[in-house]
Amino acid sequence: MVSAAQQTLIAFQRFGYGARPGGWAQVPDARAALHAELAPSDAALISADMAATLGLQGTAENTQRVFQAAEARKTMQAAVMSSAEAQAAAGGRSEVAADAAQARIAALRDIGGTAERIYRAEALARFRKAADAPIGFVERLVAFWSNHFCVSIAKGEVARGTAGSFEREAIRPFVLGRFADMLTAVERHPAMLFFLDNTQSVGPDARANGNHKRGLNENLAREILELHTLGVGSGYSQGDVTSFARVLTGWTIAGHDGRLGEPGTFAFNANLHQPGDATLLGRSYPAAGFGQGEAVLADLARHPATARHLATKLVRHFIADPAPPAAVDKIAAAFTAKDGDLKAVSLALIDLPQAWAPALTSFRDPYQFLMASYRLFSLPVTDPGPLIGALRTLGMPLWEPAGPNGFPDTVAAWASAEGMKLRLDTSAQLAQRVGGLDDPAAILAAAFGDAVSDETRLTVTRAESRQQAIALILMSPEFQRS
Amino acid sequence: MAPLCETPSPTRRALLGTGAACFSWAFMPRWAHAAGARDTRFITIILRGALDGLSAVAPIGDPDYAGLHGAIALGMTGDHAALPLDGFFALNPAMPAFAELFAAKQAAIVHATATGYRDRSHFDGQDVLESGQPAPGITGSGWLNRALAALPAGEAVAPRGLAVGAVSPLVMRGEAPVLGWAPQNLPTASEDLARRVLALYDQRDPGLHAALGAGLASSRLAGNDAMAAAKGRMDMPEGMRQAAQGAARLLAADDGPRIAALAFDGWDTHVNEGGATGRLAVLLGGLDGAIRAFKDGLGAAWADTTILAVTEFGRTARINGTTGTDHGTGTVAFLAGGAVKGGRVLADWPGLKPQNLFEGRDLKPTIDLRSIMKGALGVQWGLSDTVLATQVFPGSEGIAANTTLFV
Repeated sequence: MVSAAQQTLIAFQRFGYGARPGGWAQVPDARAALHAELAPSDAALISADMAATLGLQGTAENTQRVFQAAEARKTMQAAVMSSAEAQAAAGGRSEVAADAAQARIAALRDIGGTAERIYRAEALARFRKAADAPIGFVERLVAFWSNHFCVSIAKGEVARGTAGSFEREAIRPFVLGRFADMLTAVERHPAMLFFLDNTQSVGPDARANGNHKRGLNENLAREILELHTLGVGSGYSQGDVTSFARVLTGWTIAGHDGRLGEPGTFAFNANLHQPGDATLLGRSYPAAGFGQGEAVLADLARHPATARHLATKLVRHFIADPAPPAAVDKIAAAFTAKDGDLKAVSLALIDLPQAWAPALTSFRDPYQFLMASYRLFSLPVTDPGPLIGALRTLGMPLWEPAGPNGFPDTVAAWASAEGMKLRLDTSAQLAQRVGGLDDPAAILAAAFGDAVSDETRLTVTRAESRQQAIALILMSPEFQRS
Repeated sequence: MAPLCETPSPTRRALLGTGAACFSWAFMPRWAHAAGARDTRFITIILRGALDGLSAVAPIGDPDYAGLHGAIALGMTGDHAALPLDGFFALNPAMPAFAELFAAKQAAIVHATATGYRDRSHFDGQDVLESGQPAPGITGSGWLNRALAALPAGEAVAPRGLAVGAVSPLVMRGEAPVLGWAPQNLPTASEDLARRVLALYDQRDPGLHAALGAGLASSRLAGNDAMAAAKGRMDMPEGMRQAAQGAARLLAADDGPRIAALAFDGWDTHVNEGGATGRLAVLLGGLDGAIRAFKDGLGAAWADTTILAVTEFGRTARINGTTGTDHGTGTVAFLAGGAVKGGRVLADWPGLKPQNLFEGRDLKPTIDLRSIMKGALGVQWGLSDTVLATQVFPGSEGIAANTTLFV
């Protein structure tokens, strides 16, 4: 029988972002607390207050800001160049010209940071929401789905400026809603269309391709099938990929001329769309413009292979790696029975018997580890810089995975030799930041309640300094495992 | 390198004494070699994302190449002039160091090659490439790690494998103990803290104990001073060079590791791939710089070194609608080092006519990549055909080792 204290520890570690001081007392019944966190319909949304405080804006606005900054930079660069030439012509003696050039260079630097400033504000909103949650189950779900449908800021300035609004617009509204709705919102979102190159894909026989000079790009179609829905090896063919790529032609972003709509919003450009019926996975989809792609996505969202693929990933992330097959069966069945209702699927995770197995055998990824550290020591989340930097150092830079398959979700990937060494160094640094005022025994109790091993307690008690005790708590198996 | 093997301090002795035998650097004898015996280095670089072999090593002599590769095709003259290799093949001009080695017969190329994997998923393709298994989904260990495990134990107790990067590449994961190292710029934790954490793991968590112990050991050997340099990205030339430089330093040590794995990212060139310049050329330049850094860093050991750079599959023979290439099949593998019988492009060229392409779209693979890997491990590491076909590359009995490329 798992004790109430162990259940609370499991809620914090396996499903949440770790305990906060005093948090232990607030969770007398772990299951009830997890249910309660999922109850409000807006639980996964960034509040309007926080959005206003941090100046968060929509994807279209962010795209336009980044674009305008790029234009301004070009103009300014030309001005800096011509003033430098003027100065050279004057024999370099004009102090007025030098001051003006300095001012222009400073302005240039400011413009250059537009996308970075948006990225940092969005990061701060995400960090604060995770730091403030009672347990953090909803935010863990947000992180899970955001990584499942990842984009990467490494793609360029527009990607850097829209990765955060992508998560707020295409992920958060559906984390407790329906998977089919999330899928459609993601695949038509400008950030995804840009990330996986669909904006450049043109139907071979499209109206705007009369000379047949442009053509298909399979990237989005393939990754939807392989990563977002059915999963690799689930039976689709190269022909299905190509056919789907044709269906998706025309799904693009309205350009800066505004011809297709407000710049930076989704647009269906019928002139780029491959005309005609399409066959995919043995099913025929009549020509319907944008509706053809919508129909394919609706079927993919309800495909049994999709249920199985998502169930495997959810169980591996939240329950155990490797995913126990019996647990995967149950979650896949719940996904199908509830027509992809993700709140019901999330609650089904809590109802798995394996969810309450007392031995924590998974391993916190760098985001979970850092967030749990910040929560335990109530570190202020005012400047996103330190967390952004630490995530990069630990190999999990925010919204910047190496590929469209997202960050790995296995114990082996993160509990590596180098990963552990970096985590030790990070813990030592965090302990320096926290300082040495808190009583280690009290921190231990805040983190783990009574559910702490004698060995960890003894190691912490015998530390040579409070600071070292804090680093030892952060590195303890209880804190690292999930 | 710090002389820690000669004069271990009491603190270090205590620290290392708590670890498993494989971390006991202080008590380790230098590599014991019979007189005249080889002391070989083997380095595998995984190029993640699928390298376009037709842009890296262009079959300029094939009459169909220029038409298929269109605007980004390399030629012998003009804006996209390549470096000549053998009259039929030419090298992307972003790789001058490799071209020099090729001329000096210390570099070779295998063309129209692939693993046994014939679908086009990056992640499954990389799993097959790195696991050495005949199919995806068997990812418990990598072929380099199993090769290490099959080597005779000898007198040495230190790990002979080295995994470079914050995340260990699958090819190096497995039962055999391996060092982990990545360029990093964090101030490091004190030895005392490390000792206490290791002691706690020793009692409570063997898995974390092994991982942290290995991480600490390799970070000491690499030396923290030079490694305090900024941490580079593995999809940028500077990051690739740093990784190679640090790994070379570890590999060059008398008692350091001998078999290393690195992974470079970013080869998935769907859009604006570029030819003699552009995105792919920048990445190839990074690979070239890494090979040069290995040569410089290994010094005398370069003479008995083999570097093998491989990718999960190739890309479409015809460029796509966005001046890039989509996922394909056959591609190239690069070999460099003093232990390579170089100066040649090994290929059983299938041609690029429509009927010669794999599934009508990709360069057809005619050489199984495993024949090259088996050749290197057989000739240079003495692994028998049976061990190679059962333990290292299970199910590869029908794929003969190609021993012609290795000294």
